[in-house]
Amino acid sequence: MSKTNTTSLPEEKTGVSLKERLAEFFADLYKVHLFVLRFFKEAFVPPFEFREIVRQCFEVGVRSFTLITVTGFIVGLIFTKQSRPSLSEFGATSWLPSLVSIAIMRALAPLVTALIASGKVGSSIGAELGSMRVTEQIDAMEVSGTKPFKYLVCTRVIATTITIPVLASYTAFIALLGGYLNVSMNEGTSYTTFMEQVFEPLTFLDFTASLIKSIVFGFTIGIVGCYQGYYSTKGTEGVGKAANGAVVTAMFIVFIEEIIIVQIIGNFR
Amino acid sequence: MDKAKAHIDHNKKVITIRGLEKSFEDYAVLCGIDLDLYQGENLVVLGRSGTGKSVLIKLISGLLKPDKGTIEVLGQDITKISEKELQELRIRIGFSFQSSALYDSMTVRKNLEFPLVRNRKNITREEIDTEVEKVLDAVGLSQTINQMPAELSGGQRKRIGIARTLILNPEIMLYDEPTAGLDPITCIEINDLINEVQQRFNTSSIIITHDLTCAKSTGDRVAMLLDGKFQRVGTFDEVFNTDDDRVKPFFDYNFIQ
Repeated sequence: MSKTNTTSLPEEKTGVSLKERLAEFFADLYKVHLFVLRFFKEAFVPPFEFREIVRQCFEVGVRSFTLITVTGFIVGLIFTKQSRPSLSEFGATSWLPSLVSIAIMRALAPLVTALIASGKVGSSIGAELGSMRVTEQIDAMEVSGTKPFKYLVCTRVIATTITIPVLASYTAFIALLGGYLNVSMNEGTSYTTFMEQVFEPLTFLDFTASLIKSIVFGFTIGIVGCYQGYYSTKGTEGVGKAANGAVVTAMFIVFIEEIIIVQIIGNFR
Repeated sequence: MDKAKAHIDHNKKVITIRGLEKSFEDYAVLCGIDLDLYQGENLVVLGRSGTGKSVLIKLISGLLKPDKGTIEVLGQDITKISEKELQELRIRIGFSFQSSALYDSMTVRKNLEFPLVRNRKNITREEIDTEVEKVLDAVGLSQTINQMPAELSGGQRKRIGIARTLILNPEIMLYDEPTAGLDPITCIEINDLINEVQQRFNTSSIIITHDLTCAKSTGDRVAMLLDGKFQRVGTFDEVFNTDDDRVKPFFDYNFIQ
């Protein structure tokens, strides 16, 4: 091979690769779009998989429960502890419950729950469906007259969409308990007083926004996990990639959604 | 066990394939396949790895879409029917996967119940249990009913896979490499089971394999797939009683093995 050829090859390769990557990105985007449309097309048409949805809700809840309990409590405790010095400079430590409640309800509870669920539930869905794809279990369902998309994907997405808001509410409660522990140890505030101060600054919009966020995050985690697993490429490497892709992509999208929803809700305040 | 004489109805075709073509990107796998499967017949498709044998049965079951040609299964052209019609047709076709494809989160019982419960509405608990026991008995694995797939041997998994397809009483069976990865004794057992299924359940079957022992003991006809086309179709002896340089090495190599 001549020298000219060897030097020009990498440039050509990079050009093609970038083009290919862009094409791949848009092809993927199109596939995700179709995947979401297919979900809406199949999820609300009978027969409904109630038993499987309930089983999946239980799975999602159980998988994340312990981690959410520990993380939620620590987040509430640490946030309160770290906010104290700044507020005490202005002699405003009595505002701590209000500050903690606004932070937890508006941002921390849905976000922390979504991030934990992305790791625990998203990866698990990605790996499970990926493994089923690789071992031809999804094909086996299809040839036995079962709709695997409805049975595997719709049930999981519905389960995460229902369960993540419930878990987010639980995270908020546990985080507030963590905050209460810190406040009670330092100020000796009673539980009733603390809770009164917690709910005082919260509006209906705060609860609604938190709920909407959790629903959107839950849907995202379910769809991303299922998409990664359902279209997993052949082989064990594909299963690993599906699990990893489910976590990374879901977390990335959750942060973007957080920014967008906060901006939209801000317009209503 | 010697193959018992099958009751083949040569006037009734259950699968008719004409001009079937399938490519993956630039690689042409099937280049104009014509095939007929008669009622009650076991047809073995032989060929080297990567010649498109498994692709052929995935096309027949509608898991893949052909680029060109027609596939008529039980009187319906699967390239033209709706998704709903295809789903109904699939219940009449049993597909035994090379990997067995058992649902690994379910016990053997649940694996067998799954297609039954989902396709037969209003079926009672007693009927389900009877059907499960019947197919487990047919494959000789009644004792495994409460085991998980991970606890089964390769041969047992194959048998349960076949039992799961039999539970819907299919008219056609598609076997993808039924003896791949099994020891010679278990291979013979699986071959006997395929013949027993043909006799007992009156099925017509396509058996994908590159195992000549399996082909000889299960096939009423053998089709040799080479270069994307059936090069020879006939009885086992007709196919291999040849000086064709493309077919003969396959036969020689298998029996040397």
